[in-house]
Amino acid sequence: MLGSFQTFVWPFVLKPLIICVAIMLFFQAQAIIFVWLERKVSGRIQDRLGPTRVGGKFGWLQTIADGVKLLLKEDLIPSEADQPLFRIAPYIVLVGSFAAFLALPFSDGWVAQNLNVAVFYILAVMSVEVFGVIMAGYASGSKWALFGAMREAAQVVSYEVPMAICIVLPVMAAGTMNMTTAGRMQAGWLINFRTGAGWLCFHDPFTFFAAMVYLVCATASVKRAPFDLAEAESELVAGFHTEYSGFRWLIFFMAEYASMLAVSGIAITMFWGAWNGPIPLCDLVGVPPGHWFRGLLGFLNFIVKGYFLVLVMMWVRWTLPRIRIDQVMKTCLKYLLPMSCFLLLGAAVWPVLVPTRFGGLIGGVAAALVALAIVAYGVATTPASAAQGRRQRVY
Amino acid sequence: MLDLWPQILFWILAVVTVVSSVAVVVAQNVVRAAVWLLFALAGTAGLFFLMGADFVGATQLLIYVGGTLVLVVFGVMLTARGPFVRMETHSAEWTLAAVVGLALFGLLAGSILAASWPEKGSLGPAELNATSSRTSLDLGLAFLGIPPQRAGGVETTAGHDPANIGYLLPFEIVSVHLLVVLIGAAYLARSKRRRARGV
Repeated sequence: MLGSFQTFVWPFVLKPLIICVAIMLFFQAQAIIFVWLERKVSGRIQDRLGPTRVGGKFGWLQTIADGVKLLLKEDLIPSEADQPLFRIAPYIVLVGSFAAFLALPFSDGWVAQNLNVAVFYILAVMSVEVFGVIMAGYASGSKWALFGAMREAAQVVSYEVPMAICIVLPVMAAGTMNMTTAGRMQAGWLINFRTGAGWLCFHDPFTFFAAMVYLVCATASVKRAPFDLAEAESELVAGFHTEYSGFRWLIFFMAEYASMLAVSGIAITMFWGAWNGPIPLCDLVGVPPGHWFRGLLGFLNFIVKGYFLVLVMMWVRWTLPRIRIDQVMKTCLKYLLPMSCFLLLGAAVWPVLVPTRFGGLIGGVAAALVALAIVAYGVATTPASAAQGRRQRVY
Repeated sequence: MLDLWPQILFWILAVVTVVSSVAVVVAQNVVRAAVWLLFALAGTAGLFFLMGADFVGATQLLIYVGGTLVLVVFGVMLTARGPFVRMETHSAEWTLAAVVGLALFGLLAGSILAASWPEKGSLGPAELNATSSRTSLDLGLAFLGIPPQRAGGVETTAGHDPANIGYLLPFEIVSVHLLVVLIGAAYLARSKRRRARGV
């Protein structure tokens, strides 16, 4: 009996089950935290306070209260709806989002399934999510929902292309699609001038731009503002989820917030140093390799970076107005696609043109200069009125 | 017990795939047929994952989910006269499709049965590894004109035969063909606005 436990029950039944439950809990916890954060961030950006009452001063328990409310709501299915499709659509969205987390390395070795083609796999399963959205829009039997779904189809099919091309750049630089291997390559200092093996966004100027283009495409692929044309409250009631209520509606949102973390996770692992901090703290202090503390610190690094990227997405959502559908398509096909193709070409030519001996130095310095130029441009073009508004804010 | 587990998973995935495939054919509604097709393709992808062919499985998902998506969109846009899209199939079409399907099934089943498969357990772990891993890398290099050279298990990098350029030529032909198709599609789909005289 003990033998069968060690050879069968533990590795094939119990261990996968425990890992799946752990990831599912993590997944749900992220959604709860992000919904609260979104309300707080939107409140602050609009000069409000956001939730303040439920669960103490900062409204910590607001999302839990929302969740309980949604669970108690009536589960309505319109008579015009295609019943079975309407019922399974939210679960397909959830499965697509959840499956992405199975291959995402949270820290060195903290990955449910260390796939050889992890990046490719995540992009593939996240495309299933779109199908759920389209299905929801169609099955609702409502013109608003169908419009939202059609927009989503057009948008996602277009944005997939520059997004995937941008991912190819770090894959070329790292020479692998295995996210754990790519993460280990980025260990050490932020920019490794000697070997050029620092964070992959500082590998050369092209990867740095690609990191930016990827972030725009990722925002569009998880249908966040300014690309949330599938929802577009001002024109389409609520877009694809107009007819949904209660628990099924909740699942759409859980998946949306988890997907935000998943696309940020790809960005972090392939561009922003994976679980490595900017300073190799463990090496400096002398923590032995494979120590549990390294894993924990890596996980914290990953979470901090992931939350930062998600926060940027929220910041963008509550700052920029929604653009029109033709502008969405134009942004992708006329600007992002040629841009990403050019970056791919540049990154392919870079190792040939730059001397191998100083490749790391030149690439790091060039990427750092590009980063500085972008920040300087941002500061220089901030309208003076915005700065004034900050000073004169009256509470 | 250890051997049983992949078999259980295989049967679950196989049943899902086969049932969905039959449902694609039987379904009367275009969109429901597309949804069944999604399940059939996802089941096939699951079978690939089960065999450890992650790359092929992910490709299956990425390409066919996108393809099915477009199918749904066209199904709704071109045929919809209301929320439910019915398809009426004539008995002649059923017969023709059954003949073609059975012929293809017979061909595939015949060739699978005729092929000589290695005995179970006759391949060592090293051989299994050599046949299963690195396939995507080999394929990618072959597309770039560097065919895998496995003469007697020894990989020779220096001075490979210049006449042996792998799949470079077919790859280039397909790329040019796709470009032609893209330009053609753009040409056909462009808005046919007549230019005003003198502009």
